[in-house]
This record gives sequence, C-alpha cells and structure tokens, in this order.
Amino acid sequence: MIRINNFIIPLFSLIIFCLLWELLVWYNNWPNYKMASPSDLWPAFWKFKHLFLIYGWETFWRTVVGLILSVLVGLSLGILMGFSKTIRIGLYPILVGFNAIPKATVVPVIALIFVGMHNMNTIIIVILISFFPICVSISIGLSTLEREYEDILLSLGANKFEIFYKIALPKTLPEFFGALKVSTTLAFIGTNLMEIIEPHGKGLGHLFDSGKISADYPLMFAVLITLAVMGIFLYYIVVYLENIFAGWAIRK
Amino acid sequence: MHINIEKVSHQYETKQGMLPVLKDLSLSIKRKGFTAIVGPSGCGKSTITRLVSGLIKPTQGSIFISNKKITSPLSTVGMAFQNPVLLEWRNVIKNIILPLEIVSKNMTYNQKRSNALDLLKLVGLEEFENNLPSELSGGMKQRVSLCRSLVHSPEVLILDEPFAALDAFTKEDLWDVMHKLKKERDFTCILITHDLREAVYLADQVIVLSGRPASLQYDVKTNFNEEKKISDLYSSEVSQLLATLRKQIEIAQNKND
Repeated sequence: MIRINNFIIPLFSLIIFCLLWELLVWYNNWPNYKMASPSDLWPAFWKFKHLFLIYGWETFWRTVVGLILSVLVGLSLGILMGFSKTIRIGLYPILVGFNAIPKATVVPVIALIFVGMHNMNTIIIVILISFFPICVSISIGLSTLEREYEDILLSLGANKFEIFYKIALPKTLPEFFGALKVSTTLAFIGTNLMEIIEPHGKGLGHLFDSGKISADYPLMFAVLITLAVMGIFLYYIVVYLENIFAGWAIRK
Repeated sequence: MHINIEKVSHQYETKQGMLPVLKDLSLSIKRKGFTAIVGPSGCGKSTITRLVSGLIKPTQGSIFISNKKITSPLSTVGMAFQNPVLLEWRNVIKNIILPLEIVSKNMTYNQKRSNALDLLKLVGLEEFENNLPSELSGGMKQRVSLCRSLVHSPEVLILDEPFAALDAFTKEDLWDVMHKLKKERDFTCILITHDLREAVYLADQVIVLSGRPASLQYDVKTNFNEEKKISDLYSSEVSQLLATLRKQIEIAQNKND
C-alpha cells in the first residue's frame, strides 16, 4: 500500500500541475510564443524525438559523470576539512569565494582553457557547481562528531582510521545524501550552462538554443520539461541509494 | 586491578588562560572494588574518567593500574556515558560487539555474537538483538550501552553518570542490573554520579571531591549490607550516611564560591 502511494501521489500531483498550467494558458488566451501549454509540448517533442534522444543522452551522461566526480571531490575535501581544523580554516574562504562566483562567468574561462574539449569542459562546470554542498555537509558532519563517540573507540586504543570508517563516515551518511540531492539538481544547471553559453552542438542546451534561434517556443519548453524529468529521475536514484545506505535515518 | 591516582593535578587551556580542575588528587581503589565519585558540578569528575582511561595525560602526577603507569588508552578499560552513544545504523547486537572489532580482531563473528548475547541476557534484552537503537526506550539504550562497555571483558569499568538522564524507576531498575553485572563479571568500577543514593547503593566506597580545583575531601566505605536492596536505602544507617555525604557536598560547594 505504501509503495503504491509513493507512486500514485506524486503522479497525481503532476497531473494536477499540468492541468492547472493548461488552464492558465487557456484562460489568458496566451499564444504559444508567449507561454506554451502542456498540450503543445508533445507535438514538439514528437517532431524532434531523435534529437531529444541523442542530445538528451549527451546531457545525461555528462551530468552523471560530473556528479560522480563532484562527489569524489566533495568527499575528499570534506574529509580533509572535517579532520583538520587548519585545513578547514584555510580552505573555507577559498571555497566560499569560488562558490560565490556566478558559474556563467566561469564557462567562457573554462572553454578557453580547454578549447575544443567539450565533454571535459561540461564536466568541469558540473563539478564546480555541485561539489560545494557535499564538501560542506561532510566537513560539518565530521567536525561536529560528539566527543563520546570518539571516546568509546579511542579508549580501546583504536586509530583515527578505525574511528573514521566505523563511526564518523556512517554517521554523516544522512547529511551526505541530503547534500547529494541538492547537488543532483545543481548538476543539470552546470551541464546546461556550458551547453547554452558555449554551444558546441551537443546536449539539450544546444537544442534549447536552436529552439531560441528558430523561435520554436514549444521546442524550448519541451527541452525544459525533459530536463525536469531527467532531474526527477536522477533524484529518485539518489533516494534509492539513500534507502540502501542510510535507510536507518529515515523515519518510517 | 587496583587503581592508584597519585598526586594528580590537571589543567585545561581555555580562552581565559589555564583552568586548573584537579589539584594534588590522590586516591586508591582496591581490586574488584566499586568506587563512586561525587562532587559539585564542574569540579572535574569527568576529567578523572578521561585520565584513568588514558585518553588524556595529567599535567602532573601519575595514575597506575595494577602498578603500571598509564600513558595511553588500554584495551582493558570499558566506558559508558550519560549519553548512550549507540550507533544508530547498527542493530543492538552489532552495537555491542563494536569494542571486539577493535580489541579482538581475530575473533569470529559467531564468537563475538555469543559474547554479546550472554550480556544481553543478563540485562534482560535478549529479544531485542535485531532491533535498531531508535526502536528502544532510554533505559533500554542505556542497558545496551552497559553491555557494550563490558563485552570485551574489561578489568576496569568507567561509568560517567550513565543513569543521570533516566526517570527514577528506570534508574532503580538499572541499579539492580548493575549489581547483577558486577556479580557476574568481576571488574573494578569507577562511577561518576550526582546522585548520592545511587553512589551509596552501588558502590562500596564513596569519594567526595572538593570544589574546583578538586582534591580528595571525604572518603567513606559503604558496606552496610552484603547484598544491597532498594529498601536498605530507607534504613536509618543509610539515611545517616546520606546526610553526612550531603553535608560534605555543601562544604565542597562553598569552596567553589
């Protein structure tokens, strides 16, 4: 019953959302170049279904690879900062500064440094935009570990590594997955920033750009919806992993 | 394992400078003894637990367990705190075997489990072997925490206010659990507490520390009965003892001011 509800309720809310959207466009009598309605999307989508498949896959795999790498970067920095106060104090201003720079301005810089390496450029932007939440949550999780948790193992002569993988790491997993959910949605922003600002004929960002050039507004909306659907899909993969690795922290 | 604390002074570094918490503290705890340490709050009782377990070194003086000076943590020590600090992602049995994963790496899982189960039976929680800590009450969590502190058969057990957060009846239940554990597994025990009745009921020696910086103020034996019962706490003998201890705490508190 719970499983069915988990599926039915979100589906139901999606349908209501689309109906309200359709109603809004219909009531205001907006033309589709002002705001496309859900009923305009399917024809646009069907017309370019091959492009959606090709470009969608390009966007998807680059986002996933970038996300995996940003987990590695975020985890390693977070672990270093969680365990060493010196590293934490030293790195925080740099990381915060980095995160405060609008990524749209970094895109041309990266594109110039690695001219022509489209996949790598895109993945780098994904990493830059999504590692920060992971890094911060892991470092906070590790540095706020209560002293008693360490004491029960330290008093037995355990080393730092044993404390890390027996207690500190599993204990920060819920925070890690919380951050990963944020990073997952950020990652798609990263991929599309590169694809839209520095178009190199790849990914859904490029398709969006083509829609803009040819004033095909339903196509642009269809791209946005596809991105949303991919974001939701990836989000639920993270939720699935969270259930496996940190299910103990989820209130039933 | 008798424990000797010899002329121990300890101070912490704080923003306001050095904060002395212990000053020339000397006391000895006999082998297989049960010693309760009471004193005004903030007088450095928890510091003693960290010193005896070897987690920190005293600024001055030394601590000996069986005439061996402590310089680093010993695997023959078990600890339990006011916060049961159970690992939320492990079930009860896996929480209890945690110390064995550090000190007895060669032991098979089944051996570890059977050690843990013996203790779980003693504290009356054998049906909860596979439950997660989030499914247990406060008193049950503390029982599991006690099992964990004893699973590696430590020779010294250090209890830092393990019953302080429990309601009065659960507390009394756990005192009896503690009596049972002490009878079955003979260890030397140090109990830090704020509860004088608890100190008198559980320990055979009660030590009152003076206010900060703490030193030994009062040391009394409490062997009023071979097998202590809760009802003993209402006898005139014990009432008198409690009154004396209460008086000593007041003296210690005044020193703090």
